[in-house]
Amino acid sequence: MATTRSRRLARSVSIVGAGLSQFGAYPDKTSRDLFVEAFHDMQENIDTGISAQDIEAGYLGNYSADLFEHQGHTAPIMADWLGMTPTPITRVENACASSGSALREGVMAIASGMYDVVLVGGVEKMTSLPTEGVTDVLASAADGLYEVPAGLTFPGIFGAIAKAHMDRYETNLNHLLKVGVKNHENGKLNPKAQFQVTVRDMMDRRKARAEQRGESIPDWEDELDFLNDARANPWIAWPLRLYDCAPITDGASCVLLVASELANQFTDKPIHIAGIGQATGRPLHDAEELTSLSAAKIASAQAYEMAGIGPEQVGVAEVHDCFTIAEIVASEDLGFFAPGEGPHAVDEGRTARTGDRPINTSGGLKAKGHPVGASGVAQVIEVYKQLRGEAGERQLDNASLEFGLTHNVGGTGGTCVVNVLQRG
Amino acid sequence: MTSEAESRPFNAASFYAFLQEGRFMGVRCRENGNIYAEARPIDPISHSRDMEWHEFSGRATLSTFTCISVAPASLEAKGFGRNNPYCTGIVTLEEGPRISARIAGVDASNPQNIRTGMALAIDLTEIDPDEPGLVFRPA
Repeated sequence: MATTRSRRLARSVSIVGAGLSQFGAYPDKTSRDLFVEAFHDMQENIDTGISAQDIEAGYLGNYSADLFEHQGHTAPIMADWLGMTPTPITRVENACASSGSALREGVMAIASGMYDVVLVGGVEKMTSLPTEGVTDVLASAADGLYEVPAGLTFPGIFGAIAKAHMDRYETNLNHLLKVGVKNHENGKLNPKAQFQVTVRDMMDRRKARAEQRGESIPDWEDELDFLNDARANPWIAWPLRLYDCAPITDGASCVLLVASELANQFTDKPIHIAGIGQATGRPLHDAEELTSLSAAKIASAQAYEMAGIGPEQVGVAEVHDCFTIAEIVASEDLGFFAPGEGPHAVDEGRTARTGDRPINTSGGLKAKGHPVGASGVAQVIEVYKQLRGEAGERQLDNASLEFGLTHNVGGTGGTCVVNVLQRG
Repeated sequence: MTSEAESRPFNAASFYAFLQEGRFMGVRCRENGNIYAEARPIDPISHSRDMEWHEFSGRATLSTFTCISVAPASLEAKGFGRNNPYCTGIVTLEEGPRISARIAGVDASNPQNIRTGMALAIDLTEIDPDEPGLVFRPA
């Protein structure tokens, strides 16, 4: 089977620099402004500096500037705005896994011996459209002939997965909501995040606003009480509510990849690409199971095999929580928990920063934000920072971290990219 | 089946044309008997290209579903949305394959009352000639 053959990189590849734009809603910034911002952030974070002219090739993840900004052929524009021409740059589109796949292309380009220094990144400018328009653009990552005509939207497909998980296991609505509460607690500590607030902060603000206006003050007792109130947290696609969904975000991300033998020319703390995996799945109605993404299982098996580790050795993971249920399903597909145990792990706090299986210390897509084409590399950046001990207030105990993992999903599992990163 | 219908290409244009003629047609692999609800020209399991049209009974069960309150433009135009959610999901056809379909005739404002496993039948009267899609309702 093609999926089980053992694979190795022909030479090893390391990450030596990382940059993120601020994530949020920025009416005056286009894709190129966001990408330049991420690149500047990276330049400031590379110990020995880097000039655009030192880069030999680029791979850019971008889902749909075509529909969001009426701008196709985005990669050369980014290269021009960085001053990178005539260096080759290629756009990679795999829906929300676009930059996960772009990173993979960059890794393979270096491993092949073709290049030594490669820029990979992603960008998405989403807030140029109203919510309904964004919903339609995202729905175009589903099967336009057999899923979309049935009225399925992206939240709808993940809502159907959530319902299947609830039918099959002991999963309930509060398990889903608790994923969001946890990720917002992490996002509050991430200065790049779109929402640097906890759910309790948002609840308290709503109460304060009601009081200021002389309205009756809602009597929510705690976060779950607030999140279960349909006036505060309306349904989007039952069983998913607004706070079960990642936001609409403008943002960009990039990392500098180099051949490992050159890494020390850039930094004393390179992070190595220990394992990469990517697999392809089918629409939900053709999936083997309605409670799992087969591509995630296969991609993670590939990445673990290449890295020579198992899920128990992963100290920190960024997983694709485009919806709260997606984080629970990911935690099972990646082998962190047995099928059906994911919701209990959330309940027990095991996936919190203080738990034994910290997931989405960045705030995840939920709180950090989800500029779709930028998210895969943004996940890698959080793991890079955690492994280097540079994650600020949200830093895990760095001494015990050797391996970290990222899990980036395109569509509803049509694409899944998994990377295992290792401290140098 | 008439020879004209039999000879139609295995694609979505044929699938939706059949549907508008009142027939729910998928494909069957002649080599190994695999059946698909989508009009596929290649059997993705056996990799055979020897396909034939296969007419479904239209009977199915509800495998999973969602009730959508933020509707895409095409369903918003039909009056669905925040105050009138609609139900859609995955149905398992009597013949085996699963397919995505909108579910009519259920109370999408009270999803807790909608039961997975319930018997469904295709509703050919709900097909929109401009934007055809599969619709099932409780049998």
